[in-house]
Amino acid sequence: MTPDQIIVTVGGLAAIGLVAWFFWFKRSVGVQASAVSGGYQEQMVLVKGGYTPDAIRVKAGKPVRLLFRREETAACSEQVVLPDFGKSAALPTGQVVPLEFLPSEPGEYEFTCQMGMLRGRIIVEAA
Amino acid sequence: MRKWWFAAVIAGPTMVLSYPWLIPGLADVFPRGSEQLWWLWVAMGVAALAVLAYSGNQFFTGAWEALRHRQANMHTLIAIGTGTAWVYSTIALLFPQMFPSAEMTDVYYDVTVVVTALVVLGMAMEVKARGRTSEAIEKLIGLQPKTARVVRRGTEVEIPVDEVVVGDVVVVRPGSKIPVDGIVVEGSSAVDESMITGESMPVAKGPDDVVIGATMNTTGSLRFRATKVGADTALATIIRMVGDAQASKVPIQRIVDVVSGYFTPAVLILAISGFVIWFDFGPAPAFAYATIVAVTTLIIACPCALGMATPMALTTGVGLAATHGILIRSGDALQAAKKLDTIVLDKTGTITVGKPAVTDVVPADGFEVDAILAFAAAAERDSEHPLAAAIVDGAAERGLTPLEPTRFEAVPGHGVRAWLGERRVLIGKRAFLEAAGVRAGDLEDDATRLADEGKTPVFVALDDRAAGVVAIADPVKADSEAAIAALRKLGLQVVMITGDNRRTADAIARRVGIDRVLAEVLPQDKAHEVRKLQLEGRAVAMVGDGINDAPALAAADVGFAIGTGTDVAIEASDVTLIAGSLRGVVSAIRISRATMANVHQNLLGAFVYNGLGLPVALGLLYPLFGILLSPILAALAMSFSSVTVISNANRLKRFKLAEVGT
Repeated sequence: MTPDQIIVTVGGLAAIGLVAWFFWFKRSVGVQASAVSGGYQEQMVLVKGGYTPDAIRVKAGKPVRLLFRREETAACSEQVVLPDFGKSAALPTGQVVPLEFLPSEPGEYEFTCQMGMLRGRIIVEAA
Repeated sequence: MRKWWFAAVIAGPTMVLSYPWLIPGLADVFPRGSEQLWWLWVAMGVAALAVLAYSGNQFFTGAWEALRHRQANMHTLIAIGTGTAWVYSTIALLFPQMFPSAEMTDVYYDVTVVVTALVVLGMAMEVKARGRTSEAIEKLIGLQPKTARVVRRGTEVEIPVDEVVVGDVVVVRPGSKIPVDGIVVEGSSAVDESMITGESMPVAKGPDDVVIGATMNTTGSLRFRATKVGADTALATIIRMVGDAQASKVPIQRIVDVVSGYFTPAVLILAISGFVIWFDFGPAPAFAYATIVAVTTLIIACPCALGMATPMALTTGVGLAATHGILIRSGDALQAAKKLDTIVLDKTGTITVGKPAVTDVVPADGFEVDAILAFAAAAERDSEHPLAAAIVDGAAERGLTPLEPTRFEAVPGHGVRAWLGERRVLIGKRAFLEAAGVRAGDLEDDATRLADEGKTPVFVALDDRAAGVVAIADPVKADSEAAIAALRKLGLQVVMITGDNRRTADAIARRVGIDRVLAEVLPQDKAHEVRKLQLEGRAVAMVGDGINDAPALAAADVGFAIGTGTDVAIEASDVTLIAGSLRGVVSAIRISRATMANVHQNLLGAFVYNGLGLPVALGLLYPLFGILLSPILAALAMSFSSVTVISNANRLKRFKLAEVGT
């Protein structure tokens, strides 16, 4: 192997490692949804290339209201789906769209765009 | 489309001028290695940068936003692919001394520009086609009338439909839409409910009949009292249910979601691997080949085709069903409906009209017909059983006024006991009378004969003596027989379930072409019977309309609530048929099968496309056949793969013309 081949090979392997780590090994702790009137737990979620925050911590047994605000026109994110709670909503650009559900069991539940490209997690903790 | 036109206008000359030495006439003007060619390529580099900045900026901003969330998507792949081609070309142009041979200093601005143009075009076509998949729900939303004429303080006023409140008396003129749901208080007309129920025949409406908002009044004038407004109307509920179902996930999608989650980073890894392998083992100029292979790999991969395969088919299929008055609650229901092999039909209200009426009264010796009916009606007047209503109505039709019972006891599934002063009345099945020590005697033969005619015989005993048999029949719906034949043709075993006695049930079943009958089933045991069929290894659908069907609807793999039914049944069901015809079940199963077939075609297409395209892009055919895919062809294939998936989903809309209906 020539020195430039060795450099490219090592660089390539490092890049592969970086890609795998960067995309697959992220684990955010999540943002705690804040308690509001009516016993709801509420969190604003910004939709722009992904969900911010993409991990939301809530307590089991209390209703949750996620307020989605989409700030892009890409068709990918025009709908949000919470399959485990049977909930979904269209997200017109620039509007705040509430999505309410009641998490009864602790665990991790996904919310995604309709095509599953954008992903977020709802971490339901025991009350 | 302006972005596409800009890229397309630049793409033409860029493609021609990238290889001038191959074009007669241009070879002399721009010879290889000449200063003129260098300046030409500089101009192309600037033009390509303009294309990236204007037409392709969405890929770069999309990729950056995704990257900030540590996510990758189609934008990431296109941005890296086109960006790499531009950067490589610019380095080759500005610093040719960095490359060991002159051949490596060729530029790929054509790749940058043409790929951007093709992907932008593909996305525009995709948006247009996606719009068509959701036409059904837009059509439903468009049905909502804007205004209503209501009576306020004794005068008719026209107000926005949002301001109608429950209890308002609404006036509907001929040719006007009915604005909200309600019950007719005055007038008569025929109402076209096809937009909601899928039934093409107008329905006659008069006092006490229910009218549905958004349906069209045809000939007469109606006044009705509003019972449901705003988000509670049938139309609003339908729109909500269809929207939720379209956004739900078919179980198979969960597997696809897992693949999608890994897909884009995996493509990045494949592109890097391809680069390294071609650089280490590929032919000269290795760096150029390695770059082209990496760029082609990034561009040919189409995560969108994979991601859209299921939702697009689901959106179209659920929308198609809605236009036929069939509300499919979720993707799970759709997938389960495709696998059904057995269908259980509740008799009353599903196969039959659900309005039983007295057809015969056979008195025992020493009893009069009117007396039997009067006593029976008196005993049944407090009962909620559908047969009780038939007896009470039958007595009323003969002008009999039933007495008020002093005491009343219902024994669900068996009969009733009532006391009319000193007199004791028993009404119910033969076994119920026998348990009370009453012998049916000769009446048993009459009951058998009536049951053989498909009528339900009810024994009446007065003061512990069998007094007579009242026969009640519920007419079979006009299209039940055809629908059952169609269900059998679909390969389903059709089972009838009823609380009726065996003979009556068999007679009805014979008439409509059903060969398996579950008769004398108590209301609370219907769910148990469904589970027993499931234990036989069958995938069971249950079709019913009443409150007592709700547990069975919930227990079945797919519960169909027939829309003339109760809210409880609809709530417990997976599919709601707004119209009361069994033909809706046939259509629902056909649509489910067609939609799931479409999902599988799309998924297969997306997997095969990516599964074949990626190895070819990586150059797997090069060692054998010397074939290396051009990034431009890769862009063409990628753009059309998404469009193909959506077009295939849209194909479902044509299904109704050819196959729905019996």
